[in-house]
Amino acid sequence: MIGFGLIKGLLVTLRNLFGPIFTVQYPDKRAGIFEYAKFRNKSISRIFLDERKNFFLAILNYVKIPVRNEQFSRFRGNEFVWYDDRCTACASCAKYCPLGIIEIETHPGGENLQAGENYEIDKFSIDTGRCMFCGLCVEACPYDALHMGTDFEKGTYIRDDLVLDKETLISQKKNPSSWFRPQFESSEYDPWKESLPDSKKAGRHEKPTDEDIKRNWVNKRSKSE
Amino acid sequence: MAIRSEPITINLGPQHPSTHGVFRMRVTFDGETIIDVEPIFGYLHRGSEKLAEERTYTQVVTLTDRMDYVSSMLNNQGYILAVEKLCDINPKPRGVWLRMIASELQRIASHLVAIGFLIQDLGAWGTPLTYAMREREKILQMFEMLCGARITNSYLRPGGVFMDAPSVFWDVLDSFIASFPKSIDELEKLITSNEIIFSRTKGVAVLSSKDAIDASITGPILRSTGVDWDLRKRDSYDYYDDVEFDIPIHEAGDNYARYLLRVQEIRESLKIVEQCKKNIQPGLVRPHHDEVPDLLKPPSGDCYVAIEGSKGELGFYLVSDGSIAPYRWHVRSSSLINLTLLKDMLVGTLFGDLFVTFGSIDINMGEVDR
Repeated sequence: MIGFGLIKGLLVTLRNLFGPIFTVQYPDKRAGIFEYAKFRNKSISRIFLDERKNFFLAILNYVKIPVRNEQFSRFRGNEFVWYDDRCTACASCAKYCPLGIIEIETHPGGENLQAGENYEIDKFSIDTGRCMFCGLCVEACPYDALHMGTDFEKGTYIRDDLVLDKETLISQKKNPSSWFRPQFESSEYDPWKESLPDSKKAGRHEKPTDEDIKRNWVNKRSKSE
Repeated sequence: MAIRSEPITINLGPQHPSTHGVFRMRVTFDGETIIDVEPIFGYLHRGSEKLAEERTYTQVVTLTDRMDYVSSMLNNQGYILAVEKLCDINPKPRGVWLRMIASELQRIASHLVAIGFLIQDLGAWGTPLTYAMREREKILQMFEMLCGARITNSYLRPGGVFMDAPSVFWDVLDSFIASFPKSIDELEKLITSNEIIFSRTKGVAVLSSKDAIDASITGPILRSTGVDWDLRKRDSYDYYDDVEFDIPIHEAGDNYARYLLRVQEIRESLKIVEQCKKNIQPGLVRPHHDEVPDLLKPPSGDCYVAIEGSKGELGFYLVSDGSIAPYRWHVRSSSLINLTLLKDMLVGTLFGDLFVTFGSIDINMGEVDR
C-alpha cells in the first residue's frame, strides 16, 4: 500500500516527540525555581527575600544558569598544567611536538656548573593558538611535569593572549587531565571538581633530588670520562 | 513541437551547503537534464603528505586524523599497520583488540554520517540527520573516554594503542551494544520503506559492476554493484580472521542499494565489536619502550598496506631511507578514486538527483584533497 511507509516513519517521529530530550542548552539553560535554588545554594524563601526579580523569573522558568557539560577526565583540553618544580628542562616535550610550538630556554644553574647538573628555566611557553592538542608532549614528559588541561572555553581577542608563558603557567588554575596519567585514574581524582596545586601528588614518582642526580648521573659520566 | 533549448553551464560550489566540504562541480544542463559534469577539487589541500616528510613516525599519526575527519580511527589503523610492517613490530594482542573495537565503532559512526547526510541531501531537513547524529554522539563519547578527543583521536601508536581503556568504558560499551540495534531499527523504520525515498533513489545513478571495477572503485559503492570485495576478508589484517561477520552485497548498484548496504554494514560492525569484547584478554596494550622506542628508525625500504576504510580501500604507502622521518608518504584515498565515476553516474539524470548521488557516494573532502 502506498503511503504505509510514510505513516510508519511519522509514527517514529511522533513517539520521539514525547521521549526524553537529548539535546542540551549551552552555555546557559533555563531553570525552574528548585534548580535555581540549588544552583545558588540558598533556600527558596531566601531567594524570595534577596532577589525578588529572579524569583519570579524562576517561577516562570525564565531564569538562566550556566551549564557545564560533563566530560570524561581523559579529555585533552586547553590550559596546559605545568609544575615548574617537577620540570628538569629536558625539553622532551619540545622535541616531541609535531608543530614545534613549545619554546624552552635554559641556563646551567645549581652548584656544580661544570657538570651541568641542574638547569634553570628562563623561558617556557606554549603557543596554544597553533596547538592541535594531540598530547604527544604530555606523553613525552618523563617527570610528569606537563599535563593536558581540562578547559575548552578559551576565547581571546588577541592572538598573543593564547601563548601560555612561564608566569601564566605557574599562576593559572591547575586542573590536570588524566590523559596518559594513569595515577590520576587509579586515585579517582576528578579534574572537573577539584584542582591539584600540589606537584608532589601529580607524578608517578618524586622528582629526583640533587643527591640522586649526583649519584646516578654525574658520577657515572665522570667515570666514563 | 518541442521547445528549443540551449545547454547552460552552472558552477556548483566550492562553497555550497550540499557539497560536503569545499568541492566544486561545473555542471552543464540541457533543460533539467545533466549532460556534463566536471569535478574540480583541491580547495582543501593542506599538503599532508609533504608535511609528513619532516615529522617522526609517531607524529604523523596526528596528520592522519585530519585527512578523513569522520573516520579518524580507521586512518590511524591503516597508518599504524603500515608503520608496523615497515619496522617489523609485533603488536600486543590487547592493543589490537582495542583498536579493532575503536575502528569498527568509527565505521558505524562514519556510515551514520553518510546515511544522515544522504537523507539531508534528499531534502529531509534535519529530522533523519538528528536520529543518526544522536547515535554517533554516543560513539564519540566513548572515544572521549578512550583518548580524550572526539574527532582528532590520535589513539593508536605503533604496536597497539597509547593507553588501556578505562574501566568505565566497558560498561558504556555494553549498554551501547544492548541499545544500538533498537536505534538502528528505528532509523530504518523512518527511512527504509519510505515511498518518497524509494522514488527518489531507486534506479537513480546506476553503476555497473564492470564500470566500478574498471575505475578501481572500492568500498560500499563496489559492493552495491554485486562484487564481493572486502579487504577485511580478502586480505585480512589485525584479527579479522578470528571474528565472524558477513559482507552484505547488493546487485542493483543504485543510490538506494548504497544506502541499504551501509545500514547492513553497521549491523555487521556491531557484531564485530561484540566479538572483540568477548575475545579481549588482560595484558599490555603496547610494547615496552625498550622493544619499540618512541623514535622509530625503520630500515630503508618501502611498504604498502591497505585496509577496508569506511569509504573503500584506504592504502598507505611508506618509503623509508633509514632516518627518523618517512622519505615519502602516499595515501591512496578512497574518496578521491570513488569520485572518478561521478560523470558516468550523473549524465542523463535530473538536477534534483545530483546532490543525492553525490551524498550516496559519501566522500569526505579532507580525504580527497589531503
